[in-house]
Parts: sequence; C-alpha cells; structure tokens
Amino acid sequence: MTMASTIAPAEAPTFHLAQEHEHPEGHSTMLGFWIYLMSDCLIFAILFATYGVLGASYAAGPGPKDLFELPLVALNTTMLLLSSITYGFAMLAMDKGRAGATQAWLAVTGLFGLAFIGIELYEFAHLIHIGATPQRSAFLSSFFALVGTHGLHVTFGLIWLVTLMVQVGLRGLVPANRRRLMCLSLFWHFLDVIWIGVFTFVYLMGMLR
Amino acid sequence: MSEGSPALHAIFGRLTLESFPIHEPILVVTFAVVALGGLALFAAVTRYGLWGYLWREWFTSVDHKRIGIMYMVLGLVMLIRGVSDAVMMRLQQAMAFNGSEGYLNAHHYDQLFTVHGVIMIFFVAMPLVTGLMNYVVPLQIGARDVSFPFLNNFSFWMTVGGAVLVMMSLFVGEFARTGWLAYPPLSGIGYSPDVGVDYYIWALQVAGVGTTLSGVNLICTIIKMRAPGMTMMRLPVFTWTSLCTNVLIVASFPVLTVVLALLSADRYLGTNFFTNDFGGNPMMYVNLIWIWGHPEVYILILPAFGIFSEVASTFSGKRLFGYTSMVYATVVITVLSYLVWLHHFFTMGSGASVNSFFGITTMIISIPTGAKIFNWLFTMYRGRIRFELPMMWTLAFMLTFVVGGMTGVLLAVPPADFVLHNSLFLVAHFHNVIIGGVLFGLFAGITYWFPKAFGFRLDPTWGKISFWCWVVGFWLAFMPLYILGLMGVTRRMRVFDDPSLQIWFVIAGLGAALIVAGIAAFLVQIYVSIRRREALRDLTGDPWHGRTLEWATSSPPPAYNFAFTPVAHDGDAWWDMKARGYERPLTGYRAIHMPRNTGAGIVLAGISVALGFALIWYIWWLAALSFAALLTVAIGHTFNYHRSFHISADEVVRVEDARTRQLAVQG
Repeated sequence: MTMASTIAPAEAPTFHLAQEHEHPEGHSTMLGFWIYLMSDCLIFAILFATYGVLGASYAAGPGPKDLFELPLVALNTTMLLLSSITYGFAMLAMDKGRAGATQAWLAVTGLFGLAFIGIELYEFAHLIHIGATPQRSAFLSSFFALVGTHGLHVTFGLIWLVTLMVQVGLRGLVPANRRRLMCLSLFWHFLDVIWIGVFTFVYLMGMLR
Repeated sequence: MSEGSPALHAIFGRLTLESFPIHEPILVVTFAVVALGGLALFAAVTRYGLWGYLWREWFTSVDHKRIGIMYMVLGLVMLIRGVSDAVMMRLQQAMAFNGSEGYLNAHHYDQLFTVHGVIMIFFVAMPLVTGLMNYVVPLQIGARDVSFPFLNNFSFWMTVGGAVLVMMSLFVGEFARTGWLAYPPLSGIGYSPDVGVDYYIWALQVAGVGTTLSGVNLICTIIKMRAPGMTMMRLPVFTWTSLCTNVLIVASFPVLTVVLALLSADRYLGTNFFTNDFGGNPMMYVNLIWIWGHPEVYILILPAFGIFSEVASTFSGKRLFGYTSMVYATVVITVLSYLVWLHHFFTMGSGASVNSFFGITTMIISIPTGAKIFNWLFTMYRGRIRFELPMMWTLAFMLTFVVGGMTGVLLAVPPADFVLHNSLFLVAHFHNVIIGGVLFGLFAGITYWFPKAFGFRLDPTWGKISFWCWVVGFWLAFMPLYILGLMGVTRRMRVFDDPSLQIWFVIAGLGAALIVAGIAAFLVQIYVSIRRREALRDLTGDPWHGRTLEWATSSPPPAYNFAFTPVAHDGDAWWDMKARGYERPLTGYRAIHMPRNTGAGIVLAGISVALGFALIWYIWWLAALSFAALLTVAIGHTFNYHRSFHISADEVVRVEDARTRQLAVQG
C-alpha cells in the first residue's frame, strides 16, 4: 500500500467496528416476508387481470347473476373478517406475553378460517353440481382460479397456524415464535385484503353486470 | 403410447418402455457419453472419499460464497449442454439444402430449439448471474452472509432441481417442441399431448421458486446488511444493479408462475384460459408471459452492466464517471422494462396507438442505456487503462452491444418489426445483446472475481485465446443471421429450398465452431490455472488494485468474510481506506455469530423434483406422496430452532494470524 504515506489524515477515521453488536437473528425477516407478500400480491394481480379479461366470456354458459348467491358470500366474508379480528386479539395477547391466550385466539381464528374454507367448498361443490364447472367457460376458469387460489392460500395459512400453535405450546413466546406469529399475521391480514378485492370485483360487480 | 395393463398404468402413469428414446441413435450415444461421464465422476468422488466432504462443506453449506460457486458450476455445466444444442442446430441448417433433410428429424429439431432457449436463459444465464451476485454482493457491502442463509441454499437447489428435470427430458420422454415460451394453443393439450410441455412447465416452476426466493433474499441483504457508512449512494454499482435485478425478479417471476399454472390448468384440468374455444384467449398467454419475459432480459443484463462498471473503473484506475447518473439510469431501465412487453408481438394487431406507445417506450430505454455507454467511455478517458482480460471483455462488449442495441431500436419501430418479426434478424438481435452483453459481462466478471474466490488468477494466455475465439466466433455466427433475416428467412426452420442462402448458414456454422473453441479454451484455462496456481497466486487479497470492499479481505475470504465489520466513508470504500492509510487490525478479535449448515434445502429440492416428475408422467400416487413429504419436511424444518453457532475468537485469531504472516511474506 504505497499511497498510504502520501495523504496523512488529520485524524484517523475508523475503518472498522472494534465493538460490534451482533445482528439479532431474524432482524430482516419482517422486511423479507413483506417483500415475499408483495410477490404473492402480484400473483393475485395477474389472476384479477385474467378475470378482468376473461370474466365476460361466458361461452353461452351461465354468468355471475345465474350463479352467485350474495347472502352466502356475505356470510363467508364475515367469517374471514372476524378471523382477522381474532388474529389481532392473538397478537395483543402475544404482546402481553400470555402464551395460553395467544393459542386460544389462534384456535378461534383457525375455526373462522375453517368455516370460510367450508363455505367456499360448499359453494364450489354446488357450482360444479349444477354444471358450472371450471371447464365450462373462460369466465368460470378464471373465477375458479382466482377464488380457488385465495382459498388455497387460506388453507396453507391454516396449516401454518396449527404449526405455530404447536410451536408456541412447545417453546412459548420466544423471539423466534413471536417473529413467526408476526409473519403469519401479515399473511392472514393480506389474505383478508385480497378477499375484499375478490368480494368487490368478482361478486358485487358481477351482480351489477 | 401403447396401452399397458391398468395396474402398470396406476404405478407408472403414462411412463412406458417406449418413453425411452432408444430408436434415436443421437440420443442413445449422448446418453452413453453422459452416463459414462457421470459414472466416472461418481467413481472418482467415491474413490477419493469425497462424498462426506461435499455433503458437509458444499451441498448443505449456507455460506453465500460456496453457494455462489455452486451456481457458477451449474451454469457452466449447463452452458456446455446449451452450446451443444446450438451447434447441432447450426450443423442441421448448414446441411439441409438442395433436397437434403439434414441429419435431424423435425421431432428432434423442434425440441432442440426449444431446449436451447430454455437452458440458455434459465439454467445458464440465470445461475451465472445469480452466482456472481451471491458471491460478490455480501462482500461488497461488508456483510458476513445474506439475510436468509438457509433460504439461499434452498433457492440454489431448487434451481438445480429445474435443471435436473430438463436434463431428464433428454433421456426419459421428450422436451417441448413449442419454442422457448411455449405459446398456446400449440402448447395446449390438443396439439402437444405428450410430456414435453409438462417437462417445460414443471422445470420452470421448480426453478422459479428458487429464483423468486433468492430475489427476496438479496433485496433484504442489500437493504439490511450494509456496513455502517455505506449509504445507498455509496453502494458499489454492481450492488446497485443487483438490487434492481432482484427487484425485477421479485416483481416479474410471480407472473411466470401464474401463467404457467394457468397453462397447466388448461392441460391437466381442461380449463379454458388459453384455448381457442369456450371463451379462452391465447393472446392472454402471450401478453402475460412477456410481462415476465421482458423484465427477464433486464434481469440478465443489469448485473452485466454492473460488472462492466466495476471493471472499467478498476482497470482505468479511476473513479467511475457519473456514478449518480449510472444509478439513475439503472433505476429508469428497471421501471421502463415493465412498459415495453408488447414490442414482442406488434403483429398481434393491437392497433396503431398501442403499437406506437410500446414502440416509443422501447426506444426510450436506449437513452439510459446509451448514458451508461458514455459513462464507461468517460471512465476510460484519460485513465491509465490496464488491458487485462476483464477489461478486454468490457471493450468487446461495448463494441458488440452497441450494434445489438441499434438493431433493437430498429426492431422497436412497428412497421419495421412487421417485416422483421419472427425472422433470423430478430434471432441475431437478441443473441447480439445476450452474448455480447450478458455473456461477455459474465466472462469479465468470472475473470475479475476468480482470484477473490479461489486465491489465484486465471491464466491470461488461455483466457486471451478464449476471448478472441468468442468475439470473432460471435461476429461470424450472428452477422450472417442479420443478413438472412433482412432477406426474409424466418426462424426455427429445419430445411431450406433456396440454395443461395446456404453460404450464410455455413459461415454461421463456422462462427459456432469458433465459439466452441472459445469454450474449450476457457475450460483449458481453468485447468491450466489450477495447475499453475502457485505462479498465479494472489496473497494480497487485492490483485487488481480494486476499489470496493470485496478486495479488503483475503482471497479466498474466510467463512466470516470480515473479522471486523468495515466502515465505509466513500463510494469506493476500499480505495478510500487504502488512500488514507488503513492499517489492518491485528488484535481484539471476537467470536463471530454464523448460520449453521443444513441439509433441508437439498432434501426439499429433491422431493420437488420427484413431485415434478410424477406430475409430468401422471404418476398420481407419487405426486400425492411427494407433496405430503414436501409439506412434512418443510414443517419439520421449522421445528429446528438451532440455526446458528459462534466461530470462536481463537479460531478467528488463528485464521487472521495466518493472513498476517501471508501479508508479511508479500512485503
């Protein structure tokens, strides 16, 4: 390093950290998970766009007005919205460090989620039964793809939720578990937001068509 | 496909003895060669008892440097496959004149041009780019690893999983015959009932998971793990371009995932997204896949731009000219890359207004790109340029890429595109920018960072032979295609009627042969460099008089990269440290917190390959089983809370003292 001597610094700047505190484990998890969620959001964006393009291609088959039952969808929406509220309660319990209450609220959330999936499956079964299958028209293909993908996400959320309940049971509210609960919280509310889009764009506007 | 018994069908799906292409001599010979090579490698690894070492130190490693190197190995191995396909096509097209059918039947030829494109983009360019980013970015920002080290390992193995599925299609069944983007309705079940398109879909889906997650990982790393003092506007340009590339990955690969999932739904479930009846719309597919596909080409080229920036600045001995404009140009390209996708199908018939919009946005992209070219030129202007290999690649890039860029602007004019669409002119254009831009950049980057990764330089003599073969070979191989394209020759043709065209194809074939010589010279270069490693040794850690932090540590860097986290005071942080008399600290080492290795990534990727294989061949029991296994292993992995350990202070002292002695010997 020959040029070291040419420029004498007025005061020696620090070029390294002598005393370094460790990055706490998982310090970028929330950012990473948020970015992942945005990529997931893009998946839904494309499915919405596909529905937007193909949603009126009934191929002489049934349209939204023939198929959708708004009271059922309203009930379903209620289930999902309530599950978001109860997840919020789980997080409040977590903040107070009460593992048992956290698990209990998670269980309630899971039940609402199950009810949502149950009603959705009932709706799908009914549609398929009356011949409105995903194969019937591009409208139905894109409808099942959008709503079904959301349903699959909720299903994975449920599996995740049960896993976390077990892990909170095993280890309590350790930092790793709190982080995981935060991630699932983001995921769960995210699915709620997507569902509001589905409810508005597919069901309500479908009835207006 | 013959009808076997229902029991066999239940066990093997549509996989029968006839699925193995034993009637194709070319494939049988290839299989024999690959199998013998594989056996020899397997035997050698077993003979020297290396399996345990490979498993512990490499396959399960979460060290970003080792994962980066493994990405590079994957990319180079697949490059050989991709180039073999290219040479076969060149040979066929040079032969198939005057009534000759050439030596490839249509079934084989159509697979070749598809698999060549898929491999070169997904399994050569992507792994090489990701590998370099993985290796270099954490070092450049003074970090010890990426944000999510396990995820990094998992991403790598998913990419390998996709490559395995593509390679499998060579010997079990067939690959798609649709072109590399598999447009429906051709790729629909009606016109492609065989397994080819399914191989395509699942290979890309498996690899796509890895790519997306590695994108998330590197964005987080760059945002969260920068050394103190390294503000965004002090990031090395390669890190900036990596950041933009990873933003593009995260914001475009989900589109590919969805569009392939919808195509699978059409093929497996009989839905009507992209069919011609029941309201389906094949042009939806073309739009969606290019909404991914256009950003994809910028995913590849942006890191190459970053490499050229580092190289131009280092080998001119000057600070990069116009750093700020370089950053803004990169960001502008990132944004604009989403606004141009329709230029891939002006002929769709969207009308004059839509075509003009996309034509103009496409032309606008040439402005920030042109700004970059000028920045590199001004960096070199009045610099003390050292014509080492990385710099030679950079110069070749600047000459070659500008031509490719100009033909791109030409193609951006819709009326011109109506004439040139789907012609060899287009093929020449994108090879011009991908080889002349991405590949030259990767070679510059490999030569530049190789001493950092392995502790010795690459042999310059063989490197220069490789360089000249590549550059001359490229011009010979692709300039004739421009001419042919202007004469109206369409792409993907197997035989030709007009004998006057043959000479151009022969010239292009010669160019391809030179490129093969270039690759051979590159492999010889690696071999010779390993043999001469003592003569080429770099003990300083800074063989090129570098400017950025990766040169502040030893070559190869220790597992923890930096014993003390560096503090940046300048854009060229290491240059600044050297200029201001930085003294490497010799005492005060502390234990370092590091992530622990895990085999979960390779296991999950292996199961994903099984799942893909089962879905391709309709082996439903295996699909269900492997899906259940995937869930079980993934959930099981989350029960492992012990993911990190400390490298003891004693160990750090040992490693750093060894380096101190090494530097003392240097003087």
